[in-house]
Amino acid sequence: MTEPISTPVKPPIWNNPQVRAIMFQIIALVATVTFGLYIFQNTQANLRQLGIASGFDFLSSHSGFGIVQSLIPYSESSSYGRVFWVALLNTLLVSVLGVLFATLIGFIVGIARLSKNWLISRLALVYIEAFRNIPLLLQIFFWYFAVLRAMPAPRQSFSLGEAAFLNIRGLYLPAPQFQPGFGGVLAAFGIAVVLVIFLSRWAHQRQMATGQQFPTLRAALALLLGLPLLIFWLAGSPLTWQYPELQGFNFRGGWVVIPEMASLLLAITLYTAAFIAEIVRAGIQAVSHGQTEASFSLGINSSKTLRLIILPQALRVIIPPLTNQYLNLTKNSSLAAAIGYPDLVSAFAGTVLNQTGQAIECIAITMAVYLTISLLISLLMNLYNRQVALVER
Amino acid sequence: MAESHTPHPDLPPPVSTIGVPGWLRRNLFSSPLNIALTILAAYLLYIAIPPLLRWVFWDAHWRGDSRADCPADGGACWVFIRVHFEQFMYGFYPDEQRWRVKTALAVLILSAAPLFIRSVPGKIKMRLGLGLLAVYPVIAFVLFKGGVLGLPAVDTSKWGGLLLTLVIAGVGMTAALPLGVLLALGRRSQLPAIQTLCVTFIEFWRGVPLITVLFMSSVMLPLFLPAGVSFDKLLRALIGITLFQAAYMAEVVRGGLQAIPKGQIEAAAALGLGYWKTMGLIVLPQALKLVIPGIVNTFIALFKDTSLVLIIGLFDLMNIVHNATTNPDWLGFSTEGYVFTATVYWLFCFSMSRYSQSLEKRLHTGHKR
Repeated sequence: MTEPISTPVKPPIWNNPQVRAIMFQIIALVATVTFGLYIFQNTQANLRQLGIASGFDFLSSHSGFGIVQSLIPYSESSSYGRVFWVALLNTLLVSVLGVLFATLIGFIVGIARLSKNWLISRLALVYIEAFRNIPLLLQIFFWYFAVLRAMPAPRQSFSLGEAAFLNIRGLYLPAPQFQPGFGGVLAAFGIAVVLVIFLSRWAHQRQMATGQQFPTLRAALALLLGLPLLIFWLAGSPLTWQYPELQGFNFRGGWVVIPEMASLLLAITLYTAAFIAEIVRAGIQAVSHGQTEASFSLGINSSKTLRLIILPQALRVIIPPLTNQYLNLTKNSSLAAAIGYPDLVSAFAGTVLNQTGQAIECIAITMAVYLTISLLISLLMNLYNRQVALVER
Repeated sequence: MAESHTPHPDLPPPVSTIGVPGWLRRNLFSSPLNIALTILAAYLLYIAIPPLLRWVFWDAHWRGDSRADCPADGGACWVFIRVHFEQFMYGFYPDEQRWRVKTALAVLILSAAPLFIRSVPGKIKMRLGLGLLAVYPVIAFVLFKGGVLGLPAVDTSKWGGLLLTLVIAGVGMTAALPLGVLLALGRRSQLPAIQTLCVTFIEFWRGVPLITVLFMSSVMLPLFLPAGVSFDKLLRALIGITLFQAAYMAEVVRGGLQAIPKGQIEAAAALGLGYWKTMGLIVLPQALKLVIPGIVNTFIALFKDTSLVLIIGLFDLMNIVHNATTNPDWLGFSTEGYVFTATVYWLFCFSMSRYSQSLEKRLHTGHKR
């Protein structure tokens, strides 16, 4: 008995996977390009109708408004381009300080969370759960409107040892005044850094050759602190402090931290530190307990175990999410716009945009800056991550 | 010769490791450092907690309906919250129409309740969930907005308070998850053009702050559209938040997709399943289950981010409370306002994270360590 041989039917062309793949991609690209063109044409028509000239010429015209905090010289007669730099520096200032403080607090709280002390670990838990479940904007508002606005007037300021003053206008700190001869101290610090590098190399080589250990950390600290202090003393203390003084209705002199900056920094630091604490806890817990036990059984003491065994392995787990938190902090600093701290979004994408009406240019520049910062931070952290990553044979 | 045996005197009993003393010794007083830390922490609590409790409860003012009922004597003025409570919940939604919001909430609670009862079979839950997802937004929109079925129209600019916060969060979550899944699939796709488009989209939205996105949606979106076409302000904010969170969601889902071994896809292909069936029936159910914590984290972030709509002038819970604290009749009660708002946000976010933990535990069908 023979079965009729059926010739295989060739599938229709639209069922061929390769043809389909190409078709899908062409459709997606055409749709994207069409959509982009549609928006572009609409925008051009709208701009023409509104009489807005596009371009970046506005950056060189006079701004005509003051900014409460600027790290570089700025006045009302400066250009919009100058406003951009002032605003960018303000954003960077608050981000860098925020990253430093948040990392510090985050690591302390994260380790406290793992403490054997029940009270300490509970307190850390309460801190973490309270701060990360409340919107950042609300925290900024709380510090700004409920706490710092409730500070006394300059005449009734809280004083910290007659050197620093806290009032409704901000926090006034003594400013260091560098006298001639301070350069020597800086030079001594530089020399100490170079010496420490050589010292650690020598100590490493000696340990490799003879097995003898050298207290590198303590020696390095002594060098880094001792040498500059010695020169400082020899040069006759070339540093004086300028204290803020009450003149009329306000303080003059010294460094002033404006309330906007203080509340923004306080809020983003405490908020981000709660997340960093969780990351640190998870990272340390990810290192198996057997590592600690093995290290103890080799006779390594507990501080060296933490430094040489636990932390290098924990950092591998900690670094990638930590990078994310740094990025978040930088982006969250843009919430400054809500309380008027003159950062990029507030001063540039806010005030400049409103004055000039150059919406597209201002928003595009702002977004480009944040994109660049994001990419730069992730690049740097990726480089660092490569150093601590697992080296597989 | 009589030799008497004198036994060695009994050793003292070992230090108790059980019961209250044992627990205290183990957890609070195990070493000198721990003793110091315990005393320090206890002292801090001692100076912080009693004044706080006095402010919140004992010295607080609960009754009354005007400012005069809150003398400045160091206690919280909860009268401020009581007086504004309806406003904080509904914003400027007309008084006589608020039953519509309550109805919508009741419908949601009643119809979604079976989803949270364990004895209901999974299949029914699935159908009910999908049905709710498809039908409920329509019901809620009709009820809130009105203008049909004899309901007077309420413009979206009148929506506010917690209602607006929940609307934004709800729409954002239901829209961002599917969009994020699609973007993640696109990023993992073999087709270079699709992959490039998705990567660009995701990295762009993840690289900029939400506040600039909202600025863009309020300032630039009108420029992008043909003259005369205008968007509702709320809709613009919703589009901005959804696209922004979808990018984050995509990265979370991608993590799950990467954790599924290739063998699963190959097995599906060997069974003759196409791309969408492979993804929908084999890969995604496993991948999504793996990343539940990440998804809920994104939801929590989205919920907190809804407060940013304040920047573009929508009166969500955050903004309406802030607005009330600047009311000349009620100046000086910003702390009470912010503490109340913080509690509301905290309750929502904390319960979301707890629910995700229990869900994670329940769905954990693999090997428990």
